[in-house]
Amino acid sequence: MTQAHDNAAHPADLAPGDEHVEGGSIGQRVLGYVVGLALAVLLTATSFFVAGTDLVWQPSIPVALVVLAIAQMGVHLVFFLHITTGADNTNNVLALAFGILIVTLVMAGSLWIMSNLNHNMMPMDQLMQMQR
Amino acid sequence: MTDATMDAHGDPNRVREIAELTMTNPGPAPKRIVTGYGFWIFILSDMIMFSAFFATYAVLLGQTAGGPTGRELFDLRNVAIETGFLLASSFTCGMASIAADMRSKTWFYLAMAVTCAFGVGFLAIEGNEFASLVARGAGPTRSAFLSAFFSLVGLHGLHVSAGILWLLTMMAQVFAKGFRADIQRRFLCFALFWHALDIIWIAVFTVVYLLGSAQ
Repeated sequence: MTQAHDNAAHPADLAPGDEHVEGGSIGQRVLGYVVGLALAVLLTATSFFVAGTDLVWQPSIPVALVVLAIAQMGVHLVFFLHITTGADNTNNVLALAFGILIVTLVMAGSLWIMSNLNHNMMPMDQLMQMQR
Repeated sequence: MTDATMDAHGDPNRVREIAELTMTNPGPAPKRIVTGYGFWIFILSDMIMFSAFFATYAVLLGQTAGGPTGRELFDLRNVAIETGFLLASSFTCGMASIAADMRSKTWFYLAMAVTCAFGVGFLAIEGNEFASLVARGAGPTRSAFLSAFFSLVGLHGLHVSAGILWLLTMMAQVFAKGFRADIQRRFLCFALFWHALDIIWIAVFTVVYLLGSAQ
């Protein structure tokens, strides 16, 4: 956080996206983004490599891709959006946690229900037979 | 301090002893935190909307109606370039945040212009991809899978387009009004939005392109 935004009344809160650096110089802040960029490039490159390779056991590839994507989202959250586990970020993290809960429910719920329906649904030609 | 005390006086919900108030309650949060937090909630609801589109895509992934599958359609080299563009633009957007805090107009314009260029480049590649898919007869009307693909990736593209308009507006506002506190708050929201788009793109290239072409 720089002089521009610090606030004596609220030493314990940070706006989402604001950065808390102890005596943060420009160099330190740029370094944070460079580290984030390097990690993100590494994870992206690994994702694209894993997706097209024959070197690993094939059924593990989707799982590996999902794990790599979640890791990269974490990198972006910490280094670019500055959503961290610090005490000054509790509100932001709790909102994020609630968002993740709803996203998980929507995604997993839809996939579960639809695959269940798919599984239980009679093939179309049999259904037509019954209607005759 | 004095501001907080005066605000507390004006607010009927906070009629308390000033001494007690200043000891236990530091008063309303600064506007920057309120604005940023509110916009953070918006971004999270936007992600929830995206999750519905992702769920639709995942459910309809196999419903190609005898048409082309992702493996036949997707060009991963293009997707890698798009990913690089968006990642680089996220980085330069971070540089613009630092420039805005330092109140350096030159660096701010430079970083924002590069961010804009990467964003436009991303949209150009995506537009090209969409046009070539439609030309090959794999438009959104071909199958449920392609409808879901165009909705999801197109929705992200719309967000990027809106982001670029916002980016240009921010440059114009800094030009016309300088780094005022309210302009800084708007820029905070813009930076959150732009970084969030990159997070959504991570999910898009993983789920749509990498997992989609593995099918």
